[in-house]
Amino acid sequence: MSRQHAALLAALAASIAVSAFGGSINAYFLDVAMTAGIAIVMAVSLNLINGHTGLFSLGHAGFMAIGAYLSAAVTLFVGPHLVGPSPSVITTQFIFLAALITGGLTAAFAGFIIGLPSLRLKGDYLALVTLGFGEIVRVVFQNIPALGGALGLNGIPPLTTFAWIYGSVAVTVFTISCLVNSTYGRGWLATRDNEIAARSIGLNTTRYKITAFAIGAFFAGVAGGLFAHLRMTIDPRGFDFSRSIEIILMVILGGMGNTLGVILAAILLTLLPEILRPVAEYRMVLYSLLLIVLMLVRPQGLLNVRFGKQSKV
Amino acid sequence: MTSPACRLLPFLAVITLLAGCGPKDASAPATIKIGNMASTTGKDATYGQSSTRATRLAIDEINAAGGVLGRQVELIFEDTQSKPGETATVAKKLITRDHVVALIGEIISSRSLEAAGVAQALKIPMLTPTATNPAVTATGDYIFRACFIDPFQGSVLAKFARQDLGSKRAAVLTSISSSYSTGLSQVFREQFTAAGGEIVADQKFAEGDKDFKAQLTAIRSANPDVIFIPAYYTEVALIAKQVRELGITVPMLGGDGWEAPELIQIAGTAVEGCYYSTHFSASSTDPKIVDFITRYRARYDGQTPDCMAALGYDGVYMMVDAIRRAGIAEPLKIKEALAATKGFEGVTGRIDMDANRNASKPATILKIEGGKFLYLKTVAP
Amino acid sequence: MTELLQQLLNGLSLGAIYALIALGYTLVYGVLRFINFAHSEVFMVGAFVGCYIGRLAGAVTWWSGLAALASAMLVCGVLGFVIEKIAYRPLRGAPVLNVLITAIGVSLFLQYGGQLVFGATPRTFPPLFPETRVSLGSLDISTNQLIVIVVTTVLLVGLQLIVKHTRIGTAMRAVALNPKAAQLVGVNTNTVFSFTFVLGSALAGAGGVLYAMNYPSIDPLMGVMPGLKAFVAAILGGIGSIPGAALGGLILGAAETLVGGSAFSTYKDAIAFGLLILILLVRPAGLLGRATVEKV
Repeated sequence: MSRQHAALLAALAASIAVSAFGGSINAYFLDVAMTAGIAIVMAVSLNLINGHTGLFSLGHAGFMAIGAYLSAAVTLFVGPHLVGPSPSVITTQFIFLAALITGGLTAAFAGFIIGLPSLRLKGDYLALVTLGFGEIVRVVFQNIPALGGALGLNGIPPLTTFAWIYGSVAVTVFTISCLVNSTYGRGWLATRDNEIAARSIGLNTTRYKITAFAIGAFFAGVAGGLFAHLRMTIDPRGFDFSRSIEIILMVILGGMGNTLGVILAAILLTLLPEILRPVAEYRMVLYSLLLIVLMLVRPQGLLNVRFGKQSKV
Repeated sequence: MTSPACRLLPFLAVITLLAGCGPKDASAPATIKIGNMASTTGKDATYGQSSTRATRLAIDEINAAGGVLGRQVELIFEDTQSKPGETATVAKKLITRDHVVALIGEIISSRSLEAAGVAQALKIPMLTPTATNPAVTATGDYIFRACFIDPFQGSVLAKFARQDLGSKRAAVLTSISSSYSTGLSQVFREQFTAAGGEIVADQKFAEGDKDFKAQLTAIRSANPDVIFIPAYYTEVALIAKQVRELGITVPMLGGDGWEAPELIQIAGTAVEGCYYSTHFSASSTDPKIVDFITRYRARYDGQTPDCMAALGYDGVYMMVDAIRRAGIAEPLKIKEALAATKGFEGVTGRIDMDANRNASKPATILKIEGGKFLYLKTVAP
Repeated sequence: MTELLQQLLNGLSLGAIYALIALGYTLVYGVLRFINFAHSEVFMVGAFVGCYIGRLAGAVTWWSGLAALASAMLVCGVLGFVIEKIAYRPLRGAPVLNVLITAIGVSLFLQYGGQLVFGATPRTFPPLFPETRVSLGSLDISTNQLIVIVVTTVLLVGLQLIVKHTRIGTAMRAVALNPKAAQLVGVNTNTVFSFTFVLGSALAGAGGVLYAMNYPSIDPLMGVMPGLKAFVAAILGGIGSIPGAALGGLILGAAETLVGGSAFSTYKDAIAFGLLILILLVRPAGLLGRATVEKV
């Protein structure tokens, strides 16, 4: 099998192994590590949309919200309905998998819907539409009493383990890396670099943009599902614009389009709030200064380490 | 070519394992550690600062009197920054890094819910001094509260409106963004109707809204004789001003979210002649309350404590009392002692822990008159 | 019927504020071709300046109120100049996305910096002008709302005068049409850019004071929502068009108020974004804008 597949399997095996030792790892540390894992999935999925395809999406948290709510709905309402009150461990894992995939697919559908108006919009207009989308999602969920309304959903079973998160990280990174480095993926890069030139050689840039949104949204939805089953409770206000901004910061810090850089940035930006906890008030101020300085001084990102020769399209 | 990212992954997992492993802390610390979570920054900063001032006062008093079980009490405080999602992390940190034996917090219902899930899963008793939504203690048997719950508060207000104000037609304006508001609103509407009144208008708004003229115009057309606004003071102040600007003169009624001096500062004369329910009255003549107010003022530059402070103060004393009764600073024993709390005399009244781990205690109704909060009456459960 | 008219009247005053903020966005976008995300924070700063001056003034008179308004406009104008100089000018010629991200950075910096400096809890905005309620039959409107409408109209007319009948206004229009050609005929684009920013920011400052007058509870994050909605209003009316911004503001204000009084009041925020998506799908140039063709 190819080296990519080998890497994927190794990663999955390592995740399960580490999870087995979960009891001897400090719970707080594990929590931070798992949060970092979710951030990686979010950042890598946004990287596909913003970095590799060159679109500007400001509403990624909306996809996460959709994934969170839908997957929680599956484990809370649909699951018990189908298999009764006390399912076995294996059944629970399958339900969780189904919940995550449901969340991901619904988010992907939403991504598809958002992709449609993107046909006609340029950079800043698209940014605004995606921002609006994120807000609309939040308002809608706040208004659905069946999904908890303002209270949000709670009592979500804590099914997320380290294995699930790092398994998802591995699958996400593997899928997106392989896709981007494939022949199909060249289409995304072409759309980013010069859309008109790409069009003129016959690439259907519309289709590429829509698939970018859909795939990015899918993984964001999965991340949302993992998040919901880690925190055990979701609040609609937790998926607002500032959450989207945190993810964007990770993508920019890591270098738009650079998967490894983005992973490192995601880890860094998850650890940073914990390290900066004593000066938590200054955190957002520092983040915003970082954004400005980065754009002025080094817009290609801070952590875009490149191993070997990376072909520039 | 394998993406460098793919190659990194297996190592990430192993690094986490190695970094996170460590021996479990087995020594008994010299102090009893209690965690305290509140929002001292962010939009609920007023409430959080008020609560933490009182908790610190309480801890200092307790330690000055010798602590409990022969040891000093250490209150480890973390700011939840009024952000959803932050509280769960803070709770985990307090429990697993700082090894607290109990938690006091959070102060707002939605964030308390977040923390409750964590505390219950990690089997650490949690006492929220001020969260009033019933769902918080329903999370599990390790979660307690020092205040009454919204179903009680709502029925007190509904009765007050019907009997004391003689109201027959009530209009309700609810914030859909807060579980406190929706919960309280629902109970009020049910109880008011059950007592023979009619809800003539049921309008809603969302957090952050500044303009309520649209909803209020609709309310005006329905011709109510009282307007019930179960929201936090920041919004109530603006709503009250706009109510008067539209020429509506009927009194307004609310819950403990109204309590803050800024309410009168921002709303001015708009809230004259309005009423709200709360946990405690600073103008009471009860010697225990007067004493508390004097000590609070002495420590904090003459500021008068509000219900958040009073409940925070009681919360700490309740927890320490439970530790004393438990005889040992262990989470399980503390939880059992908390559940058995009976006849605890706090500054907010006599507290008995009921079967659902909610405090059974009276509510106080205040009237706003002459730019001040005046004590009107107490309603027992 | 009365209720509908009252709602429309409320919508008028809300719409006027959106129009004022939208003017700033449309000016900057028309000339510089990017969304100034920091505009909503300039609006917030205007409110805080107004608050500070209002507290200083002591007495509540027409003059003190005007002084507060004028100082807010002045301070915000300067702020706009500084932001443009430090954060945007170095990025002249960079990809639009970079400038956008910088704008978001400035916006966040002002928001959270504001929280550090002013504290996050809302503070009371003092009354600036003597206030009474005016009754027109069975409709009620406060003098504050009337002041908003009057001031917005005055500023709108003033802006049109500047843009249509002064040299710098002509220069602005020239740069908006074609920056390179304008440079060729001797227009100093740097001056025009700075001037546009100062003008737009001053308008945002005025908007901040007027908004705070009517909703006297200000906090450092108060600009986010009104700013977003005002930008939607600008797009609705046609970005780059001044009457368009005014029209967009009024329509949005009316729509929001009507929805707010209906059974769907909690979807009020979503209305703005719904309208945005609708207009971008149906008529991206906006109601009064001109459709541009992208030339290769």
